[in-house]
Amino acid sequence: MSFKLVMLWTDVMIFLLLAVALGGAWWIRRRPHLLLPWQRLFKSRVGMVAMLVLSLFVVIGLLDSLHYRVALPEKNSNGQTVYAAEVLSVFDTLVGDLRSHSEKTYSAPLAVYLYAKESMETADGKILRDYPRLKYGGAHLRDPQSEHAADVIKRSLYGVFAGWLGGVLLALLIVSFAAARSRTSARAWVEARQNTPLNAMLATLVLLAMLFGLAANLAGAYHLLGTDKVGQDVLYLSLKSIRTGLVIGTVTTLVMLPFALFFGIAAGYFRGWVDDVIQYLYTVLSSIPSVLLIAAAVLMMQVTIEKHGEWFASSVERADLRLLFLCLILGVTSWTGLCRLLRGEALKLRELEYIQAAQAFGVSSLRILSRHILPNVMHIVLIAVVMDFSALVLAEAVLSYVGVGVDPSTNSFGTLINNARLEMGREPMVWWTLASAFGFMLVLVLAANLFADAVRDAFDPHLNRTGDA
Amino acid sequence: MIAYLIRRILYAVPILIGVNLLTFALFFVINTPDDMARMQLGMKRVTPEAIDKWKQQRGYDKPLMFNVQAAGTEKLTDTIFFRKSASMFVFDFGYSDDGRSISREILTRMLPSLVIALPTFVVGLLLYVTFALLMTLFRGTVLDLAGVTLCVLLMSISSLFYIIGGQFLVSKLWHWVPISGYAGGVDSLRFILLPVLIGIVAGIGSSSRWYRTIFLEEVGRDYVRTARAKGLSELRVLFKHVLKNAMIPILTGVVAVIPLLFMGSLLTESFFGIPGLGSYTIDAIQAQDFGVVRAMVFLGSALYIVGLILTDISYTVVDPRVRLQ
Repeated sequence: MSFKLVMLWTDVMIFLLLAVALGGAWWIRRRPHLLLPWQRLFKSRVGMVAMLVLSLFVVIGLLDSLHYRVALPEKNSNGQTVYAAEVLSVFDTLVGDLRSHSEKTYSAPLAVYLYAKESMETADGKILRDYPRLKYGGAHLRDPQSEHAADVIKRSLYGVFAGWLGGVLLALLIVSFAAARSRTSARAWVEARQNTPLNAMLATLVLLAMLFGLAANLAGAYHLLGTDKVGQDVLYLSLKSIRTGLVIGTVTTLVMLPFALFFGIAAGYFRGWVDDVIQYLYTVLSSIPSVLLIAAAVLMMQVTIEKHGEWFASSVERADLRLLFLCLILGVTSWTGLCRLLRGEALKLRELEYIQAAQAFGVSSLRILSRHILPNVMHIVLIAVVMDFSALVLAEAVLSYVGVGVDPSTNSFGTLINNARLEMGREPMVWWTLASAFGFMLVLVLAANLFADAVRDAFDPHLNRTGDA
Repeated sequence: MIAYLIRRILYAVPILIGVNLLTFALFFVINTPDDMARMQLGMKRVTPEAIDKWKQQRGYDKPLMFNVQAAGTEKLTDTIFFRKSASMFVFDFGYSDDGRSISREILTRMLPSLVIALPTFVVGLLLYVTFALLMTLFRGTVLDLAGVTLCVLLMSISSLFYIIGGQFLVSKLWHWVPISGYAGGVDSLRFILLPVLIGIVAGIGSSSRWYRTIFLEEVGRDYVRTARAKGLSELRVLFKHVLKNAMIPILTGVVAVIPLLFMGSLLTESFFGIPGLGSYTIDAIQAQDFGVVRAMVFLGSALYIVGLILTDISYTVVDPRVRLQ
């Protein structure tokens, strides 16, 4: 099967970010003084468990960022391969049936019957009004009434057991691999790490694997979290939303960082008119309530996108560019806080002896900024980036509700909630879409918040470290 | 003091000019009025006459900055910039798409917004500070840990969840108060109860945790030790000494928000059907009423600047050492 890679703008950004992160990690590895705060972070139990959970989200997001278009079986008249209009991601391929198994309309989690009654023709030609069986959910059951509960329980137990087995094997594999690399026995390697969060991490790993096994085994035969109004699997939609959340949370900071860094440091270091101009700039930007500024900018962006329909080869690309624009706009509005912090820090740093010594030696400003100031504000940047992440994920949902968020065709927590908010009023109530969206969001944001706290504790030099924080 | 205030107000003028220019650029330069008309009238079948009519109705049929055809000062005044942007300085916001005066609408809608926002703000502040002080009192114990964990959990929940969940639980399941709506006078009490409650709950996590860090910083100071050495009870130390000294960092965040209370809350008002400024804004955004959005941007930044000035004044009230010059 041949296919064509599709690089969306946000994909490029995500992989750029990944490259920066990996490059940074490689660079820090060989510098003990930079490694120190990271080692402190690695000792935090809550932080590391949160990081493990986060990395699961990140893996899903990354898989969902590799896009391609499949070649159609027929070639066109010129003998060229034609590619399907639909843009898929590696993630879509991996989850397989989850994407394509759509029902007619709502169905409850793990249900076998549809949410709404339908007129059906029975074998003897009578019209009967009843809940029809689902096309895919529990389709393997011959007599749902008697088999349903037992089947669900059996599948759950199998799933959990398989997950547990897989998780334990994975944990053993990791430990023995690490032990082999440091040329000790596995037992000695683990015992040497009694005071590290290793145990907690391995336990989380096994727990996550069990959860994965449960979900995978049930989702294979049922709609684990039900289906939405047009019958799409809610689990699939929720998983797809993760990528949007991650993009908003990370690309936004990537976009704003250069500005915040440059302007903040320049204002603090040069003072005088540079400072005045930059302060004026960010006071103006921050004086506009951010929702309104975002709304105004997004409204204008919509006009531009409407006008230049020819820019986009497909609707996916248009939705993607809108997402990128949203990140840009969010970056502009959230830029000011970090800029102010950096300015303050640079003001403090420039009075220190080693900077004055550098100035006395005639070192150029550019060099002082890049060699002496920049490395010494990086902890602020890191803390701010990690802290902003969860706020941005939450903001996306609100903005999408207001109508100035991502494109309605983009899967995101905001669009999920927005489409589902009237469903609570239905009788019987349709609660599963909202519950899944909020649930996934809670886990993501909670993990991000806990991780952010750990990062701050490890990197903030102002915190006293006498206690075991 | 007076001289300081005048200086601060004068300093606000260039910022407002900046905001004004920014919105002008955003709304009229990046996209021409023609584009906006086409967007609103539908892209496909739109005649030049329809666009002209749309522009004329809204007064967008003038040159942007400089009118060559007009005479005298009208060269500058008979332009979109002067009519639409510069006029905002005297709070003349023009008309919305449905033909109503925006300024009037803002004045009548301020009250419902305030009725919701003010109780949320006052009761919330008292509650958050008390909660934070209690956590400080039990610092280092299991209670403190539980409090902080609760805060982190609460701040990880989307504000949409608080609203949707609260409406479902209190109104739909328990039938305590109506789901949404608004009425004037005493009758409005049953309508504002739930939004206020939800607003308060939604803020507990982040605010209490923030105040807790402020208090913890103060608790380590020398005067606290002195107060304890005098034999004051820990409660008295916290609520009298620590609270008073922590006022400056608290006020920095709190006073700046007060003027913005007029703007209301977008989410709360739209979910509860409160005819305030928040729902006005959200309706305008969804209907793509550019005039109203522009007016709200300007109003919001003006109120923000008022908030900054108020913050400075409030410092002198709580800390006699601060003198504004």
